[in-house]
Amino acid sequence: MSETRRAFASVRATARLIAIKDLRIERRGRVLTNQVLPFALIVMVMFAFALDSDAVLERVAPGLVWLATLFSTLFVIARSFAVESADGALDQLRTSGAPSAGIFLGKALALMAQLLVLVVVLVAAAVVLYRADISGQGGVLLVTTALAATGGLAAVGTLYGGLSAGAKGRETLLPLLVLPVVAPVLIGATRATESAFGTNGIAVSEGWPWLGLLVVFAVLFSVTGAIAFGSLLDE
Amino acid sequence: MTTTSERNVTGTSFTRGLGIVTLLGIVLLVILGLFVSPADVNQGESVRIMYAHVPGAWLAYLAFIVTGVSSAAYLWKRTRSLTWDRFAGASAEVGVLFMGISLVTGSLWGRITWGTYWTWDARLTTTAFLFVTYVGYLAVRGLGGSHHQRARRSAVLALLAVLEIPLVHFSVRLWNTLHQEASVAGRGTDVTMDGLMLFSLFLGVVVFTLMYVWLVLHRQRALALQDMVEDTGLDAALAARRAEAAV
Repeated sequence: MSETRRAFASVRATARLIAIKDLRIERRGRVLTNQVLPFALIVMVMFAFALDSDAVLERVAPGLVWLATLFSTLFVIARSFAVESADGALDQLRTSGAPSAGIFLGKALALMAQLLVLVVVLVAAAVVLYRADISGQGGVLLVTTALAATGGLAAVGTLYGGLSAGAKGRETLLPLLVLPVVAPVLIGATRATESAFGTNGIAVSEGWPWLGLLVVFAVLFSVTGAIAFGSLLDE
Repeated sequence: MTTTSERNVTGTSFTRGLGIVTLLGIVLLVILGLFVSPADVNQGESVRIMYAHVPGAWLAYLAFIVTGVSSAAYLWKRTRSLTWDRFAGASAEVGVLFMGISLVTGSLWGRITWGTYWTWDARLTTTAFLFVTYVGYLAVRGLGGSHHQRARRSAVLALLAVLEIPLVHFSVRLWNTLHQEASVAGRGTDVTMDGLMLFSLFLGVVVFTLMYVWLVLHRQRALALQDMVEDTGLDAALAARRAEAAV
């Protein structure tokens, strides 16, 4: 029993270290704030150019928020593993004997933290640019949706980012692998956000089942990732 | 046939026999499907697309199941062998091809029957996702690295797809039922099918399955030869250069 407990403690400690490491790299490199966030914002502005109508924008605002999130997520994932494959860092990590589940969870947590910042900025952009409206109850739904959705995106992103890390042509491979997998997140998060924004007069209560879908997705891929990540790293 | 080319071929007497049977079956299917079987009361001649479409879709799903099972067999330590990996790869290649064919034939049929190439039906959408997922799988197989690296990476990916597809199907269905009325009634749910039509369809499924076995066996052997070339290629080249230097 204590054996299992020690293994869990080791996973937790590794996850914490890796997450802190990744966030420290981000704080010093500022790729998210200086490159990804401006990109996401310009995409939101471009959507407005393409759709060219306040009424349409207001109606599709939730979908646009999550589409912009998905596209930006691809960059954040790529960045997260570019850091690892440079200077043979991933090989060091492999040989360090750290539990692979811990590495997976650590990287996923750091990714999730960055994605949350991204979502907050994009929702704010939707309020400013697309006249999205958030009520008190909708706010609670929106926050939980953002947590569950970014959790799922981070788990999938870490898994597939690890898979394609260091491979040739990974810039183009990653979107091909990740986008089909995260379709349920796009569907669930968009519907839940529609309820939170009250788009088309949809009640907030209708959003909760979609949150369920997001939670199931996040849990499934976190558990699978923690189990499978080892065999992807251990090559 | 010369004796030297006999050794590294992908055909055996079994696959040759299988190939001939498959070919005869296809001829019979074409005759039955295009000429002998009757036109449908509602769909008219367009129903004939079904004889290629349904077996194609069946074959694709079968192929992806085989890929999943072979991948699991590779990952399981006791049965770990690159043969499983090559079966998974060969099966996925054939599956992608036939899923493409059934998507195209399906949307042509849809254009004639429903008046639209595409509808957001859960089954259709899931099939499209399956197609893209396995295109990605094949791309991952082409990443390079050692054979076991390729095998492990792609096996994990194939098992992830087994997790992904039901999730996509479920969420698309949820999305669809809330957003639009079901636009596609299950084909032939309370329709009785003409006996000859049913037989042609059944024959199509059998013939396509035989074709699948034939294609996968050959492709698996071709992949094995390719792996062999990669393994021995460098050694052979080195030996040749050394022999040159010795002269």
